Amino acid sequence: MRTAIAREASMDRQKAMIADHFRELARAKEQGRKVVYTFVPGNLTELMLAFDVLPVHPEINALQSGMRKLSGEFIGEAERAGHSEDVCTYVKCDIGMMLKGNIGPTGEKLPEPDLLLLSYTGCFTFMKWFELLREKYRCPVAMLHVPYQADGEITPSMSTYVVQQLERDVIPKLQEVTGKSFDVDRLRELLACSARAEDDLVHVLESAKHRPSPIDAYFGGVYYIGPLFTAFRGTPEAADYYRLLREEVEARLEKGQGPVTPEGILDDERFRLVVEGPPNWTHFREFWKMFYDERAVVVASTYTKVGGVYDTGFRHDPARPLETLAEYCLGCYTNLSLPARVDMIVRYVQEYAADGFVINSIKSCNSFSAGQLVMLRDIEERTRRPGAFIETDLVDPRYFSASNVKNRLESYFQMLSQKQAVQA
Amino acid sequence: MKCHLGIDLGSTTTKAVVLDEAGQVLGRGITNSRSNYDVACEVAKTEALLDARFHLFQDTLAGVPDVTAHAQDFLSCLRNVFRYEQHVYLLRALEENCRAQAELRDDARSYLPALDRIFAGLRERAADLFAPGEKRRSDFFRDVAGSDYMAFAEKVAEELDLSFDRLLGLFDKSIIAVESHVPSSSLQETIERALSATLTEFPVTRRLKERLESAVLESIDISLVEVATVGTGYGRARLPFPRECIRSEILCHGLGAHATFPGTRTVLDIGGQDTKAIQIDAHGIVTSFQMNDRCAAGCGRYLGYIADEMNLGLHELGPLAMCGKKPVRINSTCTVFAGAELRDRLATGQRREDILAGLHRAIMLRAMSLLARSGGIEEEFTFTGGVAKNEAAVTALRQLVEDNYGQRTLNISADSVYTGALGAALFALRMGSGRERLALERATTGGAA
Amino acid sequence: MELREIVRECERLYEDLELGSVRRWKEQNAGGRAVGYLPTYVPREILHAAGVLPVGILGAGEQLEIVRGDACFQSYICHLPRSVMELGLSGRLDVLDGMIFPSTCDVIRNLSGIWKLQFPAKYARYFDVPQNFETAVGGAFYERVLRELVDDMGRLTGRPPKECELRRSIRLYNENRRLVRELYELRAREPWRVPASESYLVLRAGMVLPVEEHSQVLREYLDEARAADRKMVDNARVVVTGAFCEQPPITLIRTLERAGCYVVHDDFMLVLRWLGDEVDDSDDPIGALRAAYLGYDEETSSRYVPDGQAKGAKLVEAVRANGAEGVVFAAPSFCDPALLDRPMLQRACDEAGISHTAFKYSENTGQLQPIREQAGTFADTIKLWGEA
Repeated sequence: MRTAIAREASMDRQKAMIADHFRELARAKEQGRKVVYTFVPGNLTELMLAFDVLPVHPEINALQSGMRKLSGEFIGEAERAGHSEDVCTYVKCDIGMMLKGNIGPTGEKLPEPDLLLLSYTGCFTFMKWFELLREKYRCPVAMLHVPYQADGEITPSMSTYVVQQLERDVIPKLQEVTGKSFDVDRLRELLACSARAEDDLVHVLESAKHRPSPIDAYFGGVYYIGPLFTAFRGTPEAADYYRLLREEVEARLEKGQGPVTPEGILDDERFRLVVEGPPNWTHFREFWKMFYDERAVVVASTYTKVGGVYDTGFRHDPARPLETLAEYCLGCYTNLSLPARVDMIVRYVQEYAADGFVINSIKSCNSFSAGQLVMLRDIEERTRRPGAFIETDLVDPRYFSASNVKNRLESYFQMLSQKQAVQA
Repeated sequence: MKCHLGIDLGSTTTKAVVLDEAGQVLGRGITNSRSNYDVACEVAKTEALLDARFHLFQDTLAGVPDVTAHAQDFLSCLRNVFRYEQHVYLLRALEENCRAQAELRDDARSYLPALDRIFAGLRERAADLFAPGEKRRSDFFRDVAGSDYMAFAEKVAEELDLSFDRLLGLFDKSIIAVESHVPSSSLQETIERALSATLTEFPVTRRLKERLESAVLESIDISLVEVATVGTGYGRARLPFPRECIRSEILCHGLGAHATFPGTRTVLDIGGQDTKAIQIDAHGIVTSFQMNDRCAAGCGRYLGYIADEMNLGLHELGPLAMCGKKPVRINSTCTVFAGAELRDRLATGQRREDILAGLHRAIMLRAMSLLARSGGIEEEFTFTGGVAKNEAAVTALRQLVEDNYGQRTLNISADSVYTGALGAALFALRMGSGRERLALERATTGGAA
Repeated sequence: MELREIVRECERLYEDLELGSVRRWKEQNAGGRAVGYLPTYVPREILHAAGVLPVGILGAGEQLEIVRGDACFQSYICHLPRSVMELGLSGRLDVLDGMIFPSTCDVIRNLSGIWKLQFPAKYARYFDVPQNFETAVGGAFYERVLRELVDDMGRLTGRPPKECELRRSIRLYNENRRLVRELYELRAREPWRVPASESYLVLRAGMVLPVEEHSQVLREYLDEARAADRKMVDNARVVVTGAFCEQPPITLIRTLERAGCYVVHDDFMLVLRWLGDEVDDSDDPIGALRAAYLGYDEETSSRYVPDGQAKGAKLVEAVRANGAEGVVFAAPSFCDPALLDRPMLQRACDEAGISHTAFKYSENTGQLQPIREQAGTFADTIKLWGEA
């Protein structure tokens, strides 16, 4: 059922990139580099790199802490400091990490921010998060309000609003903090590079339309989106990474091979699924195993679009640097209306020939979760495919019950196979 | 005789169902043993096979002329006497264990006589407990013996000036060992003893007695051969069955409900720890489901807390609630607050019956939400699980279903706790006949289009 | 009307989940439209100017059994959207011709999408207020948002509101807000004259009554309350904050009072006061609404606090200005805005030497005993250890 474990060069490359980044962060202060904290949805990496600042993504720190089993402790710390059990666990994990000395996931101290770039995209909690961090770090905040695409479209007014904020607030603040002036040509360069990487990423994502799929678009997918969604988009490194990744995937595709899992290549795909919702990070491996043990492959996911939707044609466009940044932010997944999200998932189920879909409802993420039950029924009706509904959390280990999740998933898979048996 | 077994390892009880080759139910067994899974399965299985045995007796007797008129009475007597014999047997084991536990400490000298008195009392009670027509509070040895043991222990502790807690401790330490004891080896003996005891008392002619005896003994010789066993059970890290012999409890529940009520398309199961809403198609295959397994609100356990708070038996809650005239509006069924909310309301003078009526409605409201999430109630609808035996719960459910969906046929089977095990047994039947394996092979190799 | 009657009338409106008063209004105003809106703020003037009755939807409190609403939301989402969905799915909101969902938080935001999925034929607008307060930037964006709403109302009624009508509406709502302010001021000065549970009902009536009528109710109540023969008692004076969206049940407010608190200020139903009572009614009405929104720097969780402004400063100011002795942080369970703000606001109170206590509620909280104890202890502490 599974061929021997294959080590992907792209995986190693990506790990090295991230490790390097953390090392740079650890040295940032002594090297006089400026550090800007920001969010993954609506991240303006190209703009930041044009100013030569180092980006830090607290969400990434939180999820890394989750994967390394540190988040439980951090969350406890934050709750002891007065935060409610009801609120976003990413925030609590970050606050807790901060309270305990801001030692990042790699064991190195994270540098304090020179600027908090509050990209207010697709999530209300971001606003509170940076208000909290501002209180602690006493540094400036640049608010970039990205309006919600409530009606499924980007209006000129929305785009203008974002561009104006960039011109009149974000860029001036970056200038002030770095002492550098805005180099629009540098930005264009970076944007052109991003577009190339985005092309390759989309190729990789769309490879899953094949049978069998050479990738897992959720568990594998989170690794693939890493460089593009964080500190590397726009760099030649990232472009190289995506080229390498694409070649690897195409090679597997040619051989008719399935995705790489922690226990080897899965080459007897049985169930094709679309997944909505972020993954659980504290029990990531265990969660993934529940899928590949049943030979279930995720062919498309919405989480891999939180840092940007590229598979509907959008590319960063160097010809319109600020407008393209605005368009990019406005198009991030969690900034889309619920009807638009439903449309996307329905399209994925159809275009990727899925047997069904799974909604992983995250307890502490209102942005994703509020309304998923309605989405579930709507998608089932429109695709006539069954949906599974499981409930976990991002990084609070108390909210992942393996038996609970396994029970629901197993029942779902058995349900799918019963259906297959009847149809046979 | 070939038979197929389904075992459902629930959170509080383990159930087993035995089917014959035609898929007819031969027997059912249930245990609330808290031992490890293997033992619980064994005990439940043995009980089911025992029940099957009694069904065989029935079938055999049906074929004996002159006897049919008395068959029913005879068998129920036999069953009762058998239960009595079993109970006495278990009491002996319990006594042995208790004495062994007592001897581990220095004060054995004081406690052994106390145990003597307690068990003498329990043995006397046994005869009363199993007198014909007696309704017992529970069919589980732990419950029956437990409450009586406590009563006797209290008296004896006072009279002999000993520690009641210590006496209770002896029981607690011994009961598991007793429950784990699988009575299969002594089954034959016990049946024969029960048989002769029953015959002695049974008011029919000697000739008839001989007929009955030979029929039963003949029946005992029929061997029950397990062809296939399928297990199910929520959230077990490890079920004591090989992987291919496990089916999800959702599927088992769906199939079991379908077998009992072929017209049903929706199943609501309220167990001790979780609630499930399942939609099935015309073949009994699950099409969608929703579960509440994260919190006890709306589950059987909640009723358990309430019963404890009010110092009532679980089975008394329903009837009391039915006497409610003005159901109180309860806003939350959070078990954490159950006690506080109850005391609050009692303190403000609200009637127990009205509060209980409100509580039952609140629980069913949770179930209604779950049903709505899973797709609602389109047609015929089945209610299973322990709570389905609760009249007040059923009444509240009927009302809510009508209010929200209109007239719907609501099915409740007296044996609904066995639904999961029945479904599992049906899967075993399919496995045994190779049909399922064949279909699955076709599905994975030939592949659906 | 006599005071008791006024309050009783308001209570009847509060309890009427069928929106009977809205139905009656529509009958009396043939062809009239009614549009619902959720917390925290929408510019009601624009609706009013188009002849539309704005109806504030605050959920169903503790009066409704939720079945279908629970099917739409998981248990870790606050209660408000459930009861709003229940009201919608049970037909009680059929009398409304549309709904407006302000950008209060992600739950309300997503609710706007769910509403569109469930009721595709009904008008549903997401109302995105700016978090940038520069006139040329956030102001320009907001102007567009306001004009879209004007166009929407025009389409809904068939007659787009004229500028003079908008000015008139601003005037009427200014007057209403002035009266609301008077009520708050009276209560802060002489809380024994205006029990919080009473003022709540009188204010809440403003969710369903036409503004002219509500202003009249306020006038009458103010007159009666000023004259009422009520005795002052030795209660602790508190500010309640966090309850700007999902509302506590009226029984909870009564519980606070019985526990020994005078609620001298609160953030219930901010829409009744938002923008203040001096919105410019002399010239460009859209410009006026826009300017008033950008310049109205009261603090609430859904409004970004830009650099340079101190988080929690407005709360401290409210405590001082109203002679309060403590703050009661009352937030709905699972409310990210209120609960994430809380530690910051508590620190601001600590720095200012203001006592505070905190609890969570839901709109259908039945568990009032723990709140009674907590509020009672808090009131006692203030009275025993508070500054003179």
